[in-house]
Amino acid sequence: MAFFLQQLINGVTLGSIYGLIAIGYTMVYGIIGMINFAHGEVYMIGAFVAVIVFTVLASVGGMGVVGGLLLVLIAAMAITAAYGWSIERVAYRPLRRSFRLAPLISAIGMSILLQNYVQLSQGARIKPLQPIIEGGMILMDRGGFAVRLSYIQIFIFLLTLALMAAFALIIAKTPLGRAQRACEQDRTMAALLGVDVDRTISLTFVVGAMLAAVAGVMVTLYYGVIDFFIGFLAGLKAFTAAVLGGIGSLPGAVLGGLLIGLIETFWSAYFSVEYKDVAAFAILVIVLVFLPTGLLGRPEVEKV
Amino acid sequence: MAEPALLTVERLAMRFGGIVAIDDLSFVAANRQITAIIGPNGAGKTTVFNCLTGFYKPPIGRMTLWREGQPLYLERLDGFRIARAGVARTFQNIRLFPRMTALENLIVAQHNRLMRASGYTLGALLGLVPYAAAESGAIDRARGWLRRVGLEAEADQFAGNLPYGAQRRLEIARAMCTEPALLCLDEPAAGLNPRESAELNRLLTAIRDEFGIGILLIEHDMSVVMGISDHIVVLEYGRKIADGPPAAVRSDPRVIKAYLGEEDAA
Amino acid sequence: MSAAAADDFLPRAAKEAAATALMVFVLGVLIVGARTFDDGGGHLAIEWRMQVVAMGAALAALGRVGILFWRRHDPGPGLAEKWRPAAAALDRRMGWLIWLGLGFALALPALPFADRYVVDTAIQVLIYVMLGWGLNVVVGLAGLLDLGYVAFYAVGAYSYALLAKTFGFSFWICLPLAGILAAFTGVLLGFPVLRLRGDYLAIVTLGFGEIIRIVLTNWVDLTGGPNGLSGIPRPSFFGFPFTANPPEGSTSFHELVGLDFNPMHRIVFLYFVILALALVTNYFTQRMRRLPLGRAWEALREDEIACTALGINPTNTKLSAFAIGAMFGGFAGAFFATRQGFISPESFSFFESALILAIVVLGGMGSQVGVVVAALVLVVLPEWFRAFAEYRMLVFGAGMVLIMVLRPHGLVADRAPTVRLHG
Repeated sequence: MAFFLQQLINGVTLGSIYGLIAIGYTMVYGIIGMINFAHGEVYMIGAFVAVIVFTVLASVGGMGVVGGLLLVLIAAMAITAAYGWSIERVAYRPLRRSFRLAPLISAIGMSILLQNYVQLSQGARIKPLQPIIEGGMILMDRGGFAVRLSYIQIFIFLLTLALMAAFALIIAKTPLGRAQRACEQDRTMAALLGVDVDRTISLTFVVGAMLAAVAGVMVTLYYGVIDFFIGFLAGLKAFTAAVLGGIGSLPGAVLGGLLIGLIETFWSAYFSVEYKDVAAFAILVIVLVFLPTGLLGRPEVEKV
Repeated sequence: MAEPALLTVERLAMRFGGIVAIDDLSFVAANRQITAIIGPNGAGKTTVFNCLTGFYKPPIGRMTLWREGQPLYLERLDGFRIARAGVARTFQNIRLFPRMTALENLIVAQHNRLMRASGYTLGALLGLVPYAAAESGAIDRARGWLRRVGLEAEADQFAGNLPYGAQRRLEIARAMCTEPALLCLDEPAAGLNPRESAELNRLLTAIRDEFGIGILLIEHDMSVVMGISDHIVVLEYGRKIADGPPAAVRSDPRVIKAYLGEEDAA
Repeated sequence: MSAAAADDFLPRAAKEAAATALMVFVLGVLIVGARTFDDGGGHLAIEWRMQVVAMGAALAALGRVGILFWRRHDPGPGLAEKWRPAAAALDRRMGWLIWLGLGFALALPALPFADRYVVDTAIQVLIYVMLGWGLNVVVGLAGLLDLGYVAFYAVGAYSYALLAKTFGFSFWICLPLAGILAAFTGVLLGFPVLRLRGDYLAIVTLGFGEIIRIVLTNWVDLTGGPNGLSGIPRPSFFGFPFTANPPEGSTSFHELVGLDFNPMHRIVFLYFVILALALVTNYFTQRMRRLPLGRAWEALREDEIACTALGINPTNTKLSAFAIGAMFGGFAGAFFATRQGFISPESFSFFESALILAIVVLGGMGSQVGVVVAALVLVVLPEWFRAFAEYRMLVFGAGMVLIMVLRPHGLVADRAPTVRLHG
């Protein structure tokens, strides 16, 4: 029971991170119907910005944990926002009217490009970071097994919840959210009604990138070690989460993220760590084949 | 009007979410006849086609294709099997293979016959079957159809580069190359000028009379519908409101109210 | 061009250049400008390289102005449109270029500069050419984006290694078996997922590629795990081994042909084997395009719904393309295994799939000659310029984006019809 509870906590933590990345996939898919394969790399860049800013702060010193964290979050979000915007502008916008696989191929190229760009500029070796938020609380102690809830985990839950709330508010209440929903329904009509479609799509990428950046910061804090390759697997799993939740659905992305996080954690804990990634991919295949609209997605009626 | 039934549709229903696209629709299309399905926009005409050709799976209803007295229940078949059973169709927004030539389009349409002739590829690869003869037969058939629709000179052009009217005709030729028993045409006259429209009328009646097949037609152009149809089914909001020969339908007060009332009746 | 527009140009160009420079600066300021490195004590330290960032920003601004100038003086069709006539002209001369290339490929081992290193590199190129051609069946013809092609390469390699090691089968028995096993894997993996939409299919194949790699890494009893399999039998010349001292009772190749032993014999033999395999792949593809199944692949790439309406079974047709592509991957894998004598999961990562896809995409998707050129560039350039090796994937990623942006005409830009009515 104690072991189970611990896995639950770990799974939800991991799931929060996947959920934040998954939102980026699902929003972009919703609005322009493409898989932004480079999204995982944006998350990776967010993590690198976190490591760099933390290192700079450590060498300069004189900033508290809270101030430092805030600065890191702002820097990561600002810089990845620039990446999100540029990626769309350079690699996807010229392809809006191209054949259907063109944006995906372009996205794969972009992903390879970004991975190697970071590897070349930051080196291929893993980047360790000293723990920033230490400590935690013992929730339960049964037969020598202590269930720990670390402060980092609490931080991740709270930040995820806050972001989700803010994000839901943006989509529901602001002009951006309205324009975004309009573009999702019918881009041509939205344009006719005066919605700036290009700008809305750009902003969608920016918002998605910022959420991924937060996930990147979290993963840096949580694991304390990153490399240039982390975006690949995390991106794939977050995409799986988006599909599982129903691509295009925002609550679905969060739900899918949590489920993937939990499945992966429990699979590792109770079955085998070696095959934990197989579990995620197997879910992807099963969901796509048997439940293509995901858990919360709308059915897609193909126009003939 | 003693032609045997080719297609019987019984109590067909189809809905998307809460929207009823077709409700309790029954009609019969006969051999050697042109049956037109007309109705205002959104009446469910294309949905009928999509059910018939297997793109939608209707939850209720029976669609039977009669071939040599034997019934084939279309709602049980996959789309490609429906096509093999003898139902060919064209699409409202033309679906040719744009980067294949007109000729290639017509050869692809003869896929199943050619697959058998090529010994399912393996035979032809290993040189076990004489495939060349089958291919030149297919080219001859394609040439015949290209000539019929006036596209022989354009045979080697990519379908996507042909003018609109030519694409429409090529799509009909492609459907005919599958040697169907029932040809379903989704707004074949859309976007055609009056001269092209008249040509289309001649082509369709010729197909009916020469090949003895049934034609199912969705059309807005009343000159086409009234000019060549043997039988008209009128839909409104997914329901059938009239069914009969053109003269009877034209004077049906419900049809006039629902549909023809807005336009000039001929 | 009116005077007003001209007057307007400079301030606008300056503004855009400044915006571009600013954006590049923001992109690079930390990732490029602050390089983290291990200070030796397990801690990170920063090395500032702001001059690089500044240079990048300046270059980007200049480039932006350059593009604006270009567009201003030449507002005609895009670059890709301009190259089209040149490409067509090249296409017309392609016939003898291809024969020339083929002649060169056949003569290569006999040429004076063809030392061991050159032939080895040529083998490497040909492996990628073959993989590119094999993947081209799936991507170029059938229009299915397969991101896990390396899985079939791996299945071929491991099948060969295990069959040859366990049962002692010769290369010529193992090769078809490896191909068949890879094709079978293709059918097994493809069957449940080929109904999916194109982009979903791509991601699922990527997942499969990873699953196979994870299984290879963890199924230690069968595959040797991360250590891989070594001591894979080398090929023999139809039963005559390439060894200096053949085992008792057998004749080695150099004895057979009455030459002195030379380790080059085996390498030249391998070269011709892979050349033959690649040519078979190419011949097969060209032949398929003229058969109904191959035409159905292309039709499926163009419009799946129309195919269904013509009575073509989309799932089976896709499956056949997938399986045949997989089979060629399997052949290439078997060759790889026998050439290396050692295989491990490391050789079969997503990186490899991306590389093969990059070859197909950069080669122009569906263009058989393009694949050769791309494979040559991919393998030879990093060999010649060591400095380029580091930047290879960066350049290839950028190239993939660029090709898509500059050539928006779809998978096959200038496709040759498979049959003509008028000459």
